Formats: sequence, C-alpha cells, structure tokens
Amino acid sequence: MLVVKNLYASVENTEILHGFNITIKPGEIHAVMGPNGSGKTSLAMSLMGHPGYVIDPLQKPVFELGGVDMSHLPSEERAKAGLFVSFQNPVEVTGVSFLAFLRTAAKALRPDEKIPLSLFKEEVKRALYAVSLDESFMHRFLNEGFSGGERKRAEIVQLILLRPRIAILDEIDSGLDVDSLKLVAAAIAKNVQRNQTGILLITHYQRIMHFLKPTHVHILIDGKIKKSGGMELVRKVEKDGYAAI
Amino acid sequence: MQQFDLPEYEFGFFDTGKPFYSTPKGLTEKTILDISAMKKEPLWMRERRLLAYKLFLAKSMPEWGGDLSRIKFEDIYYYVKPTDKQGRTWDDVPAEIKNTFDKIGIPEAEKKFLAGVGAQYDSEVVYHSISKMLEKKGVIFTDTDTALQKYPEMFQQYFGTVIPAGDNKFAALNSAVWSGGSFIYIPKGVRVDLPLQAYFRINARNMGQFERTLIIADEGSYVHYVEGCTAPIFTTDSLHSAVVEIIVKKNARVRYTTIQNWSKNVYNLVTKRMFVEEDGIGEWVDANLGSQITMKYPSIYLKGKRARGEILSLAFAGNGQHQDAGGKAIHMAPETSSSIISKSISKNGGRTSYRGLLKVHKGAIGSKSNVRCDALILDEESRSDTYPTMLIDEEEVTVGHEASVSKIGEEQLFYFQSRGIPQAQAETMIVNGFVEPIVKELPMEYAVELNRLVQLEMTGSVG
Repeated sequence: MLVVKNLYASVENTEILHGFNITIKPGEIHAVMGPNGSGKTSLAMSLMGHPGYVIDPLQKPVFELGGVDMSHLPSEERAKAGLFVSFQNPVEVTGVSFLAFLRTAAKALRPDEKIPLSLFKEEVKRALYAVSLDESFMHRFLNEGFSGGERKRAEIVQLILLRPRIAILDEIDSGLDVDSLKLVAAAIAKNVQRNQTGILLITHYQRIMHFLKPTHVHILIDGKIKKSGGMELVRKVEKDGYAAI
Repeated sequence: MQQFDLPEYEFGFFDTGKPFYSTPKGLTEKTILDISAMKKEPLWMRERRLLAYKLFLAKSMPEWGGDLSRIKFEDIYYYVKPTDKQGRTWDDVPAEIKNTFDKIGIPEAEKKFLAGVGAQYDSEVVYHSISKMLEKKGVIFTDTDTALQKYPEMFQQYFGTVIPAGDNKFAALNSAVWSGGSFIYIPKGVRVDLPLQAYFRINARNMGQFERTLIIADEGSYVHYVEGCTAPIFTTDSLHSAVVEIIVKKNARVRYTTIQNWSKNVYNLVTKRMFVEEDGIGEWVDANLGSQITMKYPSIYLKGKRARGEILSLAFAGNGQHQDAGGKAIHMAPETSSSIISKSISKNGGRTSYRGLLKVHKGAIGSKSNVRCDALILDEESRSDTYPTMLIDEEEVTVGHEASVSKIGEEQLFYFQSRGIPQAQAETMIVNGFVEPIVKELPMEYAVELNRLVQLEMTGSVG
C-alpha cells in the first residue's frame, strides 16, 4: 500500500505541489487527471526521488510504501521497495543494450532470484511481444532511435519485467496510436490482475480509461487534488473541461 | 613475491629476484656498447645505436603533450636482463618470472585462444612460442633480438625504415638502447586467424623498457597482433618507450591492438607507425588505461592506391594521469581512406587529450577521411582537450570531423536509479556503453578484459 500525505514539493525553489494526499491499495488503479502545469510530472518525479525535486520536510509529509518510510531513501532503494515510474521522455543511453539494462535492473531489484540469462531472455521476449515490439529491441541500445510510441511501450516492458508493487505511469498514453494504446492498457491491466500492482495513472486525457478502468479518479489542479471520485468525474471533465470541477 | 594492498591496480606486485645482468644506472656511450656487446650484435647495429644516441642528445624534449620534466634520464636502468635463457615452454621460464606471468594469466590465454605468445620481462623476451602450423607456413614470430641474428637480411632491409631514429627524441632513445620486442613476418597470402600476442612486463625499479617491434605483412596476408602490459607500483618512475614499425604490403591487412595497463608510475612514450601499400588495410586499436603520462599517436601512412586505415583510440585517465593520445592519418595516394575514432574518459582529476593529425598530400585525389572524437568527463576536477590538426593539400577529398564533450547526465543516472541500479553501477554501465564502439572491435576475451578494467577504474577509486 502506498500512503502519501502532506506532500509539498518544489522545483528550483518554486513550490509545485501544495499538499498532495493519496492512498493506493494493491490492485487499485488511481487516475490522476489534470491540466497542463497542475503538477502531474512533479508528482511522479518527487515520489521517485529525482534530485531536482525537493519534498518539504517541514510540512510533516508521510510517504510510505508497504509501511516503510520512503522519504529519506535514494531512488534505487525506493525502486527496491517496489516503486516504479514510467517516464514521459525516457533518456537514450548509447552502448547499453535494452537487455543488459533490464537484466541489471532485475538483478538489482531481486538479488536472490537467480534466473539464467536464457530464461530471462525468454521473459523479455514475452514482455516485448505483449506490447507488440519486435524481439530485436532487446539488442538495441536503451531507447536509442526508438520512436515516441516505442519508448512508451519499452517503459511498459520494464513494468512487466520489474514487477513493482506501485507503478506511477506518467502520461503513458501520450504519443500512442489507438492500437498501441489498447496493447499498453491490456498489459497494465494484466499486471494489475497478476501481481496486484497498484497503479497511479497520470494523464491529460480520458482516452486510456476506455481501455483501463480506474477504480479511483482524482482531479489535480494547482498542485492539489481538487476532487476525487469515479468514472463520472472523467465524463464531467470530458464534457465541461477542468474549469467545471 | 610481494603483494601490495592496492585494490585499484591489481598487478602492482613484483618479483624480488636479482636480474642476471644489468647495465649501471644512467646512459653513456659505454651503456650502448655494453648492450650491443651483451647481445653480440653485428657492427652495423652497434653503429646505428651510437648514431641514434647522438640524435637523442641533440634533440630537445617535446614541448607539447604531457609534463615530462620529472623524467631523470640519469636515474634510469636502460638494460636489465632478467635471465640468461629464453623459454620455448613455460616450464623453461625461471619460476619467479613464470609466477608473474601466471598471475597475469598469460600461459592460460595462450592455451585458449592464441596462435603465438611472446613475453618480455624488463629488457628481454623470456618466452616465445608459435603454433607449429604457422611455423610450417613460414610465419616468423620471434623476439627482435633473435630476428636480428637469424634473419639479418630481412632485418636490415626494414629496420628503421618506417620510423627513423631521428623522428623524435624518444624514437632516437629507443633506437639507441632498444631491446626485445616482437619481430613478425607473414608470408604472401598467409592468413593468421588467431591473434599473436606479446606481453610486456616491467619488474625492476627505475627501469626503462625499450622494446622494438617490427611487423612485415607480405602481399595478401593478414595478422592480428595484440599487446598487453603491466608493471609494479614503485614510488619512483619507470619509462616505457617503444618503437613499433609495421609494413602492410599490397592487399595485406594488419590489425594491431594494445591494451595498455601500466601502473601509474610509468611514463609511456611510444612511437607507432604503419606504412600501408596499395589496397592494404592497417588498423590500430589502442586502449590506454594505465601509466602516469602516455603520449602516443599511432600513425598510418597510406602510401598505395585505395589503401585504408583505421584508428580506434580509447583513453581513460584517473587521478594523477594524463593520457595524451590520438592518431595520425597521412594520405599519400589517390582513393585512400581513413577513419579515426577517439573515445576518452577522465575522472578524479585525470586529464585526457586528443591529439590528431590528418594530412592529405597533393595528388591523393578522391581520398576520404572521417575523424570523430568523443570525450566523457566524469567530474568537475577532470579535464579533456582536443588538438586536431588538418593539413589538406588536395581539393578533391571528403573530410569529416566531429567532436563532442559530454558529462554523464543527471537524467541518465536517475533513470538507472529509478530501476534500482545504484549510481556507481549506473556510471560504470554508461561508461562501458560509451566505449562500446571500440570494445566491440576486440576479440571476445579482450573485450571482457577491457570492460573489467574500465569497471576497476570506475569502482577502484570510489571513496
């Protein structure tokens, strides 16, 4: 279970999140919708521990995953505790194959699990297949030369293989065509079903929610949750825009 | 054997045995006469040495590159003969010396993936072997001193023709006091599929190692020669100043790979040059991780039509190191092509410099060259510079030059960390990724070794 309370976070000394609260139980899908500049990416980055995002300790924030305080842990320790974030614009790394990266990450997250490389490759192949990426992607350099949509799908491959407890998906739907969107949504849904992953789905658009039904919907405006509810909120935003909330 | 507890350099141990013979400290005409007499050389070689010594005295130190002001020529031992015989099997090699090579892993490597091995210890080659099959085909792979005795005509025909003694101060020094090194002749049409390897080890304190290598690849032949090197860690400096001359004849191909891992008290000042004739291919793969100062610019003279040359240079400079490396391509004939790729990494105050020359002579019509140098700087204390020179005397040529300097980005590190990979490991992976274009050119065993050395450089100095 992810518990976040009183999250105030700033970038370059400008406070972006002004008291964000959320609780995500295993298997729940929480959609956080909001207009541009409402703090959606800041939310993802500050939870994952990006060095550019500072959580204000004076606001007595609570940030726990599975009962463990995350707020003082470096990013890699948060990942080990089961936190995952999919990036809007994942970086390219020359010379590091996608496979090597996945293998290193899987070993770092599950050091006791000794999977032979051949079996691991099979897992990677299946994960690539799930989002309709050719198996040759595993030998390509990390995100190098991937199209926008391929990068998003490669993030989902990581979600599948790394099996987090809580996955923050930052605009995973942007830049995807309808077919890819369906595949990505199905892969996320399968992950939720199989591993009881809790999802924090950050998005601009309701589109993905036709394929991936959220259990909870939150409207983020100006760094705070303005309203929480269910799919009816999505329809309201669809009809009248954020201003109506 | 004595093992030092210095995790960042694993070959810092030294053998405490007494050498069989050594010239006294310092360099005089007498030193040269002693070396020549010890080797029972022909008169012409003794005269060449004495002439080179005069050139060495007359030439000034290079005023560019690394700071060489601390080299004390008078404190160096110029010739140290470790044993009175050379082994044809590892069992023939004296135990203490064999131990050293066992630790480095040479006999094992020979069994697994090499066609021939030479092992030099201080001034002399103590072990040499070549596969019987290559010997039958007429391939010569021996130490340079033996070659002078056994193949005097070929030796005299080529020695010093690619790099004359007067080329630079350190080439002159090498020509005066050279000892050991490899001599290779590949007959017409013979392809040597497995690499030939030489290993150079400095063991003595204040030692100068001056090996001399001469490779002649006859028409249509192929050979890949690999050299590695290590030395103990002493508080005083050692000098390594080799000369490597290579002749690539028509349609032949030579690849010369160096994995330089001297300890960080060695000055590594080496002159390397290849002549490539018509349709020949010459390739340098030059990786410099060790030494205090390295100044080395492998050169390719494209002398015949359509000759091709490639230089891959990799440099890693840590604390107290200056790697001044690069390459030179000289186009002297039409339709020749060259490519220089340099990758350098500096860390913990280390300094790398790319120094390159591209020269296209008048008449080298239709020549192509591409130069690319990428530098990765890992922290604020470290430094990287680029000194490219282009002298193009022909208009009908295609020349490309690209250079980049980068730091490991915060976003890259964060991406790795968000997947559970700690920062130090992420940096190592990113650095290994950066050098991948060079590593992928190495035979598998060396690629693994190079990645391991990079990892050691990356982690050995943490904390």
